[in-house]
Amino acid sequence: MKYLYYPGCSLKSTAQEYDISTHAVLAELGVELVELDDWTCCGASAAETASELLSFVLPARNLALAERAGGGQQLVASCSACYVNLQKVNAHIEQDSQLLDRINEALSVDGLEYKGTIQVRHLLDVITNDIGPEAIAAKAERSLEGLRVAPYYGCQTVRPYSSFDAPYLPDSMDRILLALHAKIHPNTMKAVCCGGTLLTTKREVGLKLVTDLVEAVDGADCIVTVCPLCQMNLESYQGLIAKKVGHPVRMPVLYLTQLLGLAFGLSKEQLGLKHNIVPMETLPALQAEEV
Amino acid sequence: MSEEYIDLTGKAFDRTPVSTLAPVREVLRSCIQCGSCTATCASAYAMDYTPRQLWHMIRLGLVDEVLNSKTLWLCSTCYSCTLRCPRELPLTETIGALKRAAIRQQVQGYKESRNFYKAFVETVRRHGRSEEVEIMARYFLTTNPLMAVDYVPLALTMLRKGKVQLTMPKIGGEGKLDKIFQKVEEMEREQ
Repeated sequence: MKYLYYPGCSLKSTAQEYDISTHAVLAELGVELVELDDWTCCGASAAETASELLSFVLPARNLALAERAGGGQQLVASCSACYVNLQKVNAHIEQDSQLLDRINEALSVDGLEYKGTIQVRHLLDVITNDIGPEAIAAKAERSLEGLRVAPYYGCQTVRPYSSFDAPYLPDSMDRILLALHAKIHPNTMKAVCCGGTLLTTKREVGLKLVTDLVEAVDGADCIVTVCPLCQMNLESYQGLIAKKVGHPVRMPVLYLTQLLGLAFGLSKEQLGLKHNIVPMETLPALQAEEV
Repeated sequence: MSEEYIDLTGKAFDRTPVSTLAPVREVLRSCIQCGSCTATCASAYAMDYTPRQLWHMIRLGLVDEVLNSKTLWLCSTCYSCTLRCPRELPLTETIGALKRAAIRQQVQGYKESRNFYKAFVETVRRHGRSEEVEIMARYFLTTNPLMAVDYVPLALTMLRKGKVQLTMPKIGGEGKLDKIFQKVEEMEREQ
């Protein structure tokens, strides 16, 4: 299996452990990821506040590059905001053919054109549906038995464009983790928004959202996620959450690929575990091997 | 449609014309005021008007109240309302349109949100990608440099964990996406 890969900005900085572990784990599974040449930002949730057209042109630039790369390859996005923005272009041009003309008029200054042929996939979709729980379990060297994992999907992984999972009670990650014998910590808030940029722009509101999410999985050994903004919001503010709830909070928040890598027996370095703020060593089932 | 709102746009009222929100009002025509949007919204508790109230205010033509509402800036674009809406209205994208309208009408509040988005977009224009350190520097400088103090512990953790690098923001010279941005601006002016 071979895919074009759109890492997105976060995976080259605050979420580099997601990028590192994605490459390591997919290579282990025999999947080739070819990073899209010259990719640029998808516009996140910011571009639409500046200009509607810009919010289409920024992701479309990357779709045009993917088309130019040829081979009819699918484009895999690992960040959920990137995934939504890329999908949004495809969804809108299908409804509105004039929009594609306008996008292409803007892209022409960069010598690019998008014809609308690129299929966009979320990394979680590829892991769950193209690779699948059986192939992943077959690669595992360690069982995750005894580990209580709380999968957290966030919002844009499963809304509004995902066709691979349920928008409010998704279970793709659950199925992968069950195949590795992990125990799934029940979590009815698994697709409730982490607040996105509210932690920066409206701190108190964002803090309440992440506090509720972390408190909801109290008793789990770790949270597992597939979105860089979810991961950062759930992991980086635990000191403030602790102050708010009046007891210590220490919940590791791993990327799914990091946990898969541990099950595959990959090293801390191969999974970028040193970049996680709440360390791995708190995972009881893995403690013996980590020390 | 024109009959069903209170027209407060006469000169004596000094109000923003209802036409400012014409496309948004058109989208919301078939809202049945069921409140599914509000029920599913994670940040509705902190809004001044709930999403359901906001849609009705738009239909009533209360443009200034809508554009000055805190609600717009508390939307985290999670698309929960959009998927729950029984009329299948594009509610999350509607909030996006309202944010743009508020910025265009030069709404004065919510400086943090407006400046953060602006810092993000300007950084992307320059580098082609978002760069946290530059975004935050632009954000603090345009909002309130003293607020940087609140971010020191997090910034230090991020540096220690190798998540961000300190780089000097590049000033001057051509930005990576300048040409595309200029073209988009030109096209939107013409429209």
